[in-house]
Amino acid sequence: MQIRMRTAALFLGLAAMALCGAQAQDLKSFEQKITTKVLPNGLTLIICERPDAPVFSYTTFIDAGDVNDPSGQSGLAHMFEHLAFKGTSQIGTTDYAAEKVALAKVEAANNAYEAEYLKAVGRDENKLAELKKAFLAAQAEAEKFVIPNQFTDVAERNGAEGLNAETGLDDTSYFWSMPENRLELWAWLESGRLSDVVPREFYKERDVVIEERRMRTDSNPEGRLFEQFAATAYVAHNYGRSGIGWPSEVSQINATEAMAFHKKYYVGANIVIAVVGDVKASEAMPMLEKYFSKVPGGPKPEEMTTVEPKQFAEKTVTIREQTQPIYIEGYHRPDYRDPDDAVYDAISDIFSNGRVSRLYRSLVRDQQIAAEAVGFGGFPGTKYPSLFVFGAIPLPGHTPAEMRVAIHKEIEKLKTTDVTDDELQMYKTRTRADLLRGLADNQGLANDLAEYQTRYGDWRELFKQLDNVDKVTKADIRRVANKVFVASNRTSAEIDTSSPEAPAKASAANDGGAR
Amino acid sequence: MNSLSLKHVLGITLVLAGIAPVALSAQQEKPWEKIPIPKLHEFKPQEPERIELKNGIVIFLQEDHELPFVSGSVLIPGGSRDEDPAKTGLVGLYGQAWRTSGTAKMGGDAMDDLLEAKAAHIETEGGEDSTTLAWDSLKGDSDQVYSLAMDLLFHPKFSAEKLELAQQLEATGIVRRNDDESEIADRESGKLVYGANSPYTRQPELSTIGAVTVDDLNAWHDRTIHGKLIIAISGDFDAAAMEAKLRAEFDGMPPVVPEPPRHDVFAGPTPGVYFVQKSEVNQSNVQIVGLGLDRHNPDLATLSVMNEILGGGFASRLVQKVRTELGLAYEVGGGFGFAYDHPATFRVVVLTKSATTVEATKAALAEISGLTSRPFAQLELDRAKDDILNSFLFRYDTRDKVLAERVRLEFYGYPADYLEKYKAALEKVTVADLDAAAKKYVHPDKLAVLVVGDGAQIKPGLDELNMGPVHPIDITIPQPKQVPAAEKNQ
Repeated sequence: MQIRMRTAALFLGLAAMALCGAQAQDLKSFEQKITTKVLPNGLTLIICERPDAPVFSYTTFIDAGDVNDPSGQSGLAHMFEHLAFKGTSQIGTTDYAAEKVALAKVEAANNAYEAEYLKAVGRDENKLAELKKAFLAAQAEAEKFVIPNQFTDVAERNGAEGLNAETGLDDTSYFWSMPENRLELWAWLESGRLSDVVPREFYKERDVVIEERRMRTDSNPEGRLFEQFAATAYVAHNYGRSGIGWPSEVSQINATEAMAFHKKYYVGANIVIAVVGDVKASEAMPMLEKYFSKVPGGPKPEEMTTVEPKQFAEKTVTIREQTQPIYIEGYHRPDYRDPDDAVYDAISDIFSNGRVSRLYRSLVRDQQIAAEAVGFGGFPGTKYPSLFVFGAIPLPGHTPAEMRVAIHKEIEKLKTTDVTDDELQMYKTRTRADLLRGLADNQGLANDLAEYQTRYGDWRELFKQLDNVDKVTKADIRRVANKVFVASNRTSAEIDTSSPEAPAKASAANDGGAR
Repeated sequence: MNSLSLKHVLGITLVLAGIAPVALSAQQEKPWEKIPIPKLHEFKPQEPERIELKNGIVIFLQEDHELPFVSGSVLIPGGSRDEDPAKTGLVGLYGQAWRTSGTAKMGGDAMDDLLEAKAAHIETEGGEDSTTLAWDSLKGDSDQVYSLAMDLLFHPKFSAEKLELAQQLEATGIVRRNDDESEIADRESGKLVYGANSPYTRQPELSTIGAVTVDDLNAWHDRTIHGKLIIAISGDFDAAAMEAKLRAEFDGMPPVVPEPPRHDVFAGPTPGVYFVQKSEVNQSNVQIVGLGLDRHNPDLATLSVMNEILGGGFASRLVQKVRTELGLAYEVGGGFGFAYDHPATFRVVVLTKSATTVEATKAALAEISGLTSRPFAQLELDRAKDDILNSFLFRYDTRDKVLAERVRLEFYGYPADYLEKYKAALEKVTVADLDAAAKKYVHPDKLAVLVVGDGAQIKPGLDELNMGPVHPIDITIPQPKQVPAAEKNQ
């Protein structure tokens, strides 16, 4: 459980792009193992039979993440994800009918408190204290009906391994592995929390989430750097917003908002579930269909209208603090559906993948100015037009400015001279091998199948993407580099080390609007 | 697809219904208990073939024909705990420079070019008690990659240039080691338990890594290569042919020289409160530490169940109290650590906002003390056993996991049926066992509390813990003695 941040941990693995591609025979063999079914409510189920050991892994993939948080509610998708572990009307409660009434009172008490708290003029502090007391009393009343953590308890007692969830800007996924004889129990648990979620212990869990923000962002130099970087690179699109939520917003999200998010985005058409392991589709599918038909239908939520406008001015962020220097820069690039998507992957591979990569050889091995240097596509998401990011960790005594110069030199080379045949072939070979390697892991495969089914409407794209990989040419790489890696399209961010004696910086580490 | 998505992962390590006075009786209907749980499909994990050569070298062969890859590793006894303290960091540097230097036949850079073009890898690594050479490739390239790996194993040519590169990377790690709060807390809490100069926690400094020479790397290699090597191959190959090939390579080696036994002393921490000042944070990392156990301990199974009850999952006492009930932490959990051949650490970790540092620390301490004062409930025991036993399968659900476990047991001299016996012992644990083990092993008065955070924000202050004076720890990074500028310029 200890999160061990080694030097530049953020960069490790960034370049490990989960790409796609393999021979046709693999696709064919997978077509025999995989059964897909779209239920009347729009929910897609995928079963991949891999009966090596009596276990299965699953991923529930929701096509909604923090990019979908309504204005003023950043962090909502993630907050909801936490709620999805709190049980349903059937699990986690001693008496749901009574709890429901108590929860409504909690919500009313919170609304009354918030209304007073947000008064710009004439806030009555005595009244606020009274309202807070009333809120705490209502919360305590509702807690009387709670059986804490019963949902996760039942899962864990039945052998759930790797039980977790992730909320990104683009999407939310829930996953674990279990012994195969618990498949129906899992279906009951999972379909329950997708269709019948209860805003139980919401406000305490909000505190937990704020604590998570402190850990990941406020108290972490790289967390702070990347948050400021995205916020600067984007002027219109939600990719510029803190994913875990701005302190003032995440601390004021309420349960009503979380439930509204659920109603809109957790509809069948927005959900793909993949199960991989010792499961027979012919037996399991009818059972799964019975459980997951409970998920509400509803239309696929409308796509957002905001498109990030073309950047025309270079932007920079400089954080001066006591931690060691880092340099990153990003260029706006199109989304994952762009015909050049594989070209960006090729650039990432050639720039970052291993000790043969251009940035390693140039900045680390030859110039000896950096400990690590990478270039990768797809920050802070991939679903919408995102950033292609370059970054480097300077060796002691070297500066972000030197990183910038050295990275620009490599980018210039990419624009003016073709990559070698060997480099291009290496990218294609490694991509193919990486796809194959990924097929050996139930959980990894479940994630991939659910994600590709969502993103392309067909899990087969996981294999078919290899065609696009094979089509990438040297000319494509030069063309894309010349189009995208230009100064006016650039945002850079760096940490400049200040001495402890320097005046304290405006403290990002403060709680902002958190109460 | 998302190479960097700053995804927020719901922290799981960390909670308990049995303890909270919950009116279970009101909830008579438990719909999930009506769901049938059929008999688990028959499963016998495939054990690797074990071959012991006359010279003592051990080979494991694990065939797996699902995918066209072959991977292998050589595990070599001797690691950083065995290095000269004046050259702390040597084994880490060795692990890097071994592979990046390459061999007389093929330098490391050329090897990179050749391997990466085939999507193959050969890597070396230095660890606490061993070093490793590992490789993997597509089946079609496996003979060539194997030959390269053997060349690297027997004929490395350490280069000054690659050692210097490794030293620079290591130096970067050293100067950055105080940037992240968790890294500071993990490191300093370990030092409290074992001592700053212990072979398990001493840290590389700019001066100690600077003292390492190519001769040191050669000497280390020449010594350890004659130890009891454990070779493990897995993937799409034929075991008989592979055995013949390995015998041709290793049969002729002289009898292995065992690593000299270690005589470490483990005193445990000096109890008290320790504090590391860290600015630019709004959260404290609190670590409550003591001496842990090794796996030879006869009460291992009981202690493992106790761990589950204390801090193992959502239903554990720590998570239930500190995260769920009090909302004071996202990350909270921990318990007794177990190592294979020396005592590990007892460690409970809580991350909480600066202002609630004392409150959260007290809550965690109360749960630790509660192990000895609050009787274990049958419900807690049942739950912990279910948690561990029903997921036990995941320790050997892939052939690679089975192989890795066998290598581990061989390395530390444990019997091959260790997991089965451990599982049987887990099944037998009783509430009485738990109570007895808590009295025997849980000593709240022997624990140290380390807080890393911003003192200015920690209010009430750490003195409110009422555990005596707060000992500040200085984590300033020592700078190596500089050559005076005047001399340098002459």
